[in-house]
Amino acid sequence: MTQLTLTVNGEERSLELPPSRYLAEVLRYDLGLTGTKIGCDEAECGCCTVIVDGRSVDSCIYPAFKAQGAQVLTIEGLAQTRPDARNGSYCTGELHPLQDAFIRHGATQCGFCTPGFIMQAKTLLDENPDPSDVEIKECLKDTYCRCTGYTAIISSVKAAGEYLRTGTMPDAVLPPVMKPLTQIGQPLQRPDAVDKVTGAARYTDDYTFDGMLFGATLRSEHPHARIRGIDAGAARALNGVHAVLTHADVPGDPRHGLVENDWPVFAGGPYPARYVGDAIALAVAETAEIAQQALALVRVDYEALPAVTDPRDALQPDAPQLHPDRPNGNLLKHIKVRHGDVEEGFAAADVIVERTYRTPMTEHAFLEPECALAVPAGYNGTRPSSGREPGPSDRDGGKLTVYVGSQIPYSDRRQVAKSLGLDDEEVRVIGTLMGGGFGGKEDIAGQIHAALAAQVTGRPVKILYSRQESLIFHPKRHSTIIRIKTGARRDGALIALEAELYGDSGAYASLGEKVMTRATTHATGPYVIPHARIDCYAMYTNNAPSGAFRGFGVTQSAFAVESNLDILAAELGMNPAELRRKNVMRVGVETATGQELIESVGLLECLDVVEEEIKRSEAAAPGASPSDPWAPVRIGSRRCAWGIAAGYKNTGLGGGAPDKAEAEVEVFPDGTAAIRTSSAEMGQNLVGVLAACTAQELGLPFDKVHVTLMDTDLTPDGGPSTASRQTYVSGNAARLAARAMRQQMQNVLAEKFDTHPEVIAFHEGLAYVDERRLAQIPGAQKHGAQIHGAELPVEGAGGILPGSTRSVSFADAVNALLAENRLPRIRYEYWAPQTQPLGTGGDMHFAFSYAVHAAFVSVDTETGEVAVERVISAHDVGRAINPLSLLGQIEGGIVMGIGNALTENYIVEDGIPWTERLGQYKMPGIKMTPQMDSHIVEHPTADGPYGAKGVGEISSIPISPAITNAICNAVGIRCLALPVDQDALLLAMRDGKKEIDGHWGQTGQWLAAST
Amino acid sequence: MSRWQAYHTPATVSEALSLLHQHKEKARIIAGGTDLILDMEAEYTAAPEILVDVTRIGGIDRIAQEDGWIVLGAGTTHTQIESSPLLRAQARCLTESCGVIGGPQVRNVATLGGNVAHALPAADGTIGLLALEAEVEVAAHSARGALHSWQPLLSIFAGPGRNRLDPDQMLHAFRFRPTGARAGNAFDRIMRPQGVALPVLGIAARVRLDATLRRVEDAVIAIGPAGPTPFRATRAEEVLTTAGTFDDDAVQHAIAAAQTQASLRTSKYRSSQEYRREMIGVLLKRVLHTAVERARMNDAPPEPEDA
Repeated sequence: MTQLTLTVNGEERSLELPPSRYLAEVLRYDLGLTGTKIGCDEAECGCCTVIVDGRSVDSCIYPAFKAQGAQVLTIEGLAQTRPDARNGSYCTGELHPLQDAFIRHGATQCGFCTPGFIMQAKTLLDENPDPSDVEIKECLKDTYCRCTGYTAIISSVKAAGEYLRTGTMPDAVLPPVMKPLTQIGQPLQRPDAVDKVTGAARYTDDYTFDGMLFGATLRSEHPHARIRGIDAGAARALNGVHAVLTHADVPGDPRHGLVENDWPVFAGGPYPARYVGDAIALAVAETAEIAQQALALVRVDYEALPAVTDPRDALQPDAPQLHPDRPNGNLLKHIKVRHGDVEEGFAAADVIVERTYRTPMTEHAFLEPECALAVPAGYNGTRPSSGREPGPSDRDGGKLTVYVGSQIPYSDRRQVAKSLGLDDEEVRVIGTLMGGGFGGKEDIAGQIHAALAAQVTGRPVKILYSRQESLIFHPKRHSTIIRIKTGARRDGALIALEAELYGDSGAYASLGEKVMTRATTHATGPYVIPHARIDCYAMYTNNAPSGAFRGFGVTQSAFAVESNLDILAAELGMNPAELRRKNVMRVGVETATGQELIESVGLLECLDVVEEEIKRSEAAAPGASPSDPWAPVRIGSRRCAWGIAAGYKNTGLGGGAPDKAEAEVEVFPDGTAAIRTSSAEMGQNLVGVLAACTAQELGLPFDKVHVTLMDTDLTPDGGPSTASRQTYVSGNAARLAARAMRQQMQNVLAEKFDTHPEVIAFHEGLAYVDERRLAQIPGAQKHGAQIHGAELPVEGAGGILPGSTRSVSFADAVNALLAENRLPRIRYEYWAPQTQPLGTGGDMHFAFSYAVHAAFVSVDTETGEVAVERVISAHDVGRAINPLSLLGQIEGGIVMGIGNALTENYIVEDGIPWTERLGQYKMPGIKMTPQMDSHIVEHPTADGPYGAKGVGEISSIPISPAITNAICNAVGIRCLALPVDQDALLLAMRDGKKEIDGHWGQTGQWLAAST
Repeated sequence: MSRWQAYHTPATVSEALSLLHQHKEKARIIAGGTDLILDMEAEYTAAPEILVDVTRIGGIDRIAQEDGWIVLGAGTTHTQIESSPLLRAQARCLTESCGVIGGPQVRNVATLGGNVAHALPAADGTIGLLALEAEVEVAAHSARGALHSWQPLLSIFAGPGRNRLDPDQMLHAFRFRPTGARAGNAFDRIMRPQGVALPVLGIAARVRLDATLRRVEDAVIAIGPAGPTPFRATRAEEVLTTAGTFDDDAVQHAIAAAQTQASLRTSKYRSSQEYRREMIGVLLKRVLHTAVERARMNDAPPEPEDA
């Protein structure tokens, strides 16, 4: 131990520490300043940025003793703390202008990267309060955000600068939306924003308990191996080790899984290791370091088995079998779409285009690595305050409790309980804030291990994955091979489509079958095609499992569909927008799965909006040819062109799966309300959507609604946060729960005011008799006429009359309710419209969202470098609930799609991951953010809350093919595989090739062949 | 990975060298740590028992003009370099190469000495220094105190990731001559946006023109990676200095000479050999034109302080 003395946020701190600590560890774990986050441990992501003696550093790899005697500023020290005048206590006072701007401009979503961004941006504004976009991008080039797409961050930094210069903070510029209601359609600040910009927001690793132990997981060295024996004797004997757990220690179901129960809690015994991320043992020790040392002492006797790592090989009869107990060998599922007569269709086609496309395995790269923390039943050490609504949050403190950032808390509870041999009710899952999910936090990570370890040791146990472990372990986006054949008549009418998809689902099913079903059913693209035959083979292999990832299979098939469409347009001599216009889905058409679209299909309008915007920008650009925006423009050594693509994505689970969400509303005599559901907040601002729906229905100010999410004891089941479903499903549950409460209060107040319940209006925290509404009821001066209250407008048509005595405060309305012995709490179980399974010809989905993306892309003809300069998009989202967070979903999705097209590939070589560090998996940084013009199209869907449908996924779907289509328009080369490789592109241009089927990260092929 | 057990912050070179001498292979020098720590975390390098942090040695981060040389302490950070008006005027290829490494958080701590000591053939800062024909001051432990000696930069590289320093030696400073009249220099590189941190190719060039401003009198061209250690394209330099005038023809010949002399290879996921060959053409043309343009403006004039 050595003494470290430093000044942190103005306060001198002196600690006795091991000399090997990093500064981030000292701040977080020794000083409890958990606002500084650790995202990668390799100075790659910038989450850990703090300011040391005036200079920003990545504290995750900054030896703490470098800061001996230094002044350190963290996010916690940024807001001015000042005494509260009224009671003399100190409170967080004035936010730094950057903190304020990040809130107002929607630059914080999941919030995990926010402290790092704010600290890094501060160093820029300290020197230059009027930075240009280029200067902002240079300053933030190595600080990564996975949610926002960076546009909101850039505008926040500019806004904060303007505030510093002028004292005025400009508002965010938002796309126009339809006329808002009091709460709906308003760009309301997210309820958790202040916590996220001040570092107060707590993620799982920010929680600690007295006596807490640390778990570390031993993972397989082989992609496929029988485990003959495990010798953990030396590890167990190590000082400080409390337990080393293996398959033999699992008391309940040895396997778990979201759909198929095929994933062993620990490989070993009857279960071989089926990929290199498979857990074999868990060491539990006093410190994380000791747990790691213990792992090094565990001896595993492997019998390596042949591995299969290509989904096409996996289908061969002689392939190594991963799950011999399954009836169809390595075939997880053969998924079929049959529509019309495809032979007849192709016979009638004038032009047929057939290509094979490939998409890589990709990684969510949420900035917060997985962490699970379990506290044993009856543990009586100190529990941290959960920071939630006051009340019964700890009433069931006696249960085995798992703290985790999870997209599906109830599914975690079920799987934890089952493997521990407990009843569901004996386990509580408390969802902490989540530093991004994107589909990657749906499966079990450390939840069962932590719970088991807590049971065995009787102590709280935390398991935090390193970035490397996160990369190796968790399910990815499926890599696919998609052969697609599209036929059209001379006039451009699509007539037939045949497709064959192979999806690499990896070692375990996860959501693979569902994902590849979505890839298959969306493989026509958002077009009317009378004849279609689509076959998909979701395969088990010895690669990392693949599961949910924003886009859920549609990202992959859209790339193939939209690329093929542009090739077809060229062969037909049509422009690509015209070909799409001729074929896009409209109200009244039928999908290839036999669903008639009866409403809310705004695709044509999306296309119109995008085309018009392109024309407008072309007309404004000097030297361009406004007559043909698809023709290339030369700028120096670069050739630039627009490319376009359309897409659609279902909202909700669909395919016949029961889709429901439950919400509980409670009103309080202090004039506030609470809304509770287990649905997960992972950055998307579900918390704000639910608050808005509740506030709208109860006529309360937004900030009077307290939202509690993700707690299996406090919140009813909202179902999984997946399939772009929560605004629709949980939004409806909250809306209808609040509406039921309003109706109950209306009934009580109607008695009080001796009038009709329907004329009691709620607005701005008041309940009153709406005299104009009353006047509209024929002969209704007396109590008695029955009108269904829910059919009346939510808000008072006429508003409150000045001086009206027929009004009470919301608080008094609640008191009136209580006085009548009515329960102030209502649960509402919302069932989404029923859907039908694939193959039955009915409605597979209750809603679809649509989008058109156009990308203006430059290709450097000397170097092959590709840059997306501009993106124009239009999204039909039904109804914008919160335009500020909606824009965040759109911009973030687009930039994620840019990564999918240009940078991202999780590379696995013969079952061994090459991509082991975040630096080897570059998600787009701020310098790749294009200028984005995002338009909202609102074709309301009847059953959605206020007409809304999902947006979480559609925003990341059409962009990748829009980029490759633009590349082709610019330089005449078709990229058949992602991500685009500048090396291959340059050599193709040089050699006059027209198509590239190589991509960056391809193993053992084009790069090696050229030596 | 296991970590170090002691962290020393000596205040003088002799103190640092004594620690290194005392602990030999068990000790490693750390400056910014942005390469060393990552290599340790990724277990490319075994963690040493002792880290000797040299960044608090007096003068280790100086940027100065001394006896007709420009001298940089080995602990000078990339941020200091890119923002130095002196270096922007006299060593643009160095400010340009140091300005593109990592993000500000890394450049705020990463040092030029660390960049050179890491001995990667494509290290941007090293390529910039090489075009300036920099010398390196090595300080070595001896019984009577530190021994200092100036050596040519290239002499300290042994191979990719390996330098020729003994465990009780350290880099102390770099020096090079100011650019001078009718001279100019420039750096450029090609990256790829995917998961590889090192450049596909980087080139720095320095030229001095004759009085007519039409002929190249002196040229230095550094390319990386073009061999196991940072590479001087001496044949291309010769082509330029023997050409009658600096024109497209001369540039094309220089490119051909550099392409022939460089040992280019395919590196996995980073670049094909063929692509690198093409990039020699693109980059050399770009940097030579920029360097000559700067030379014709009688060198890059000093920029205003706030630039």
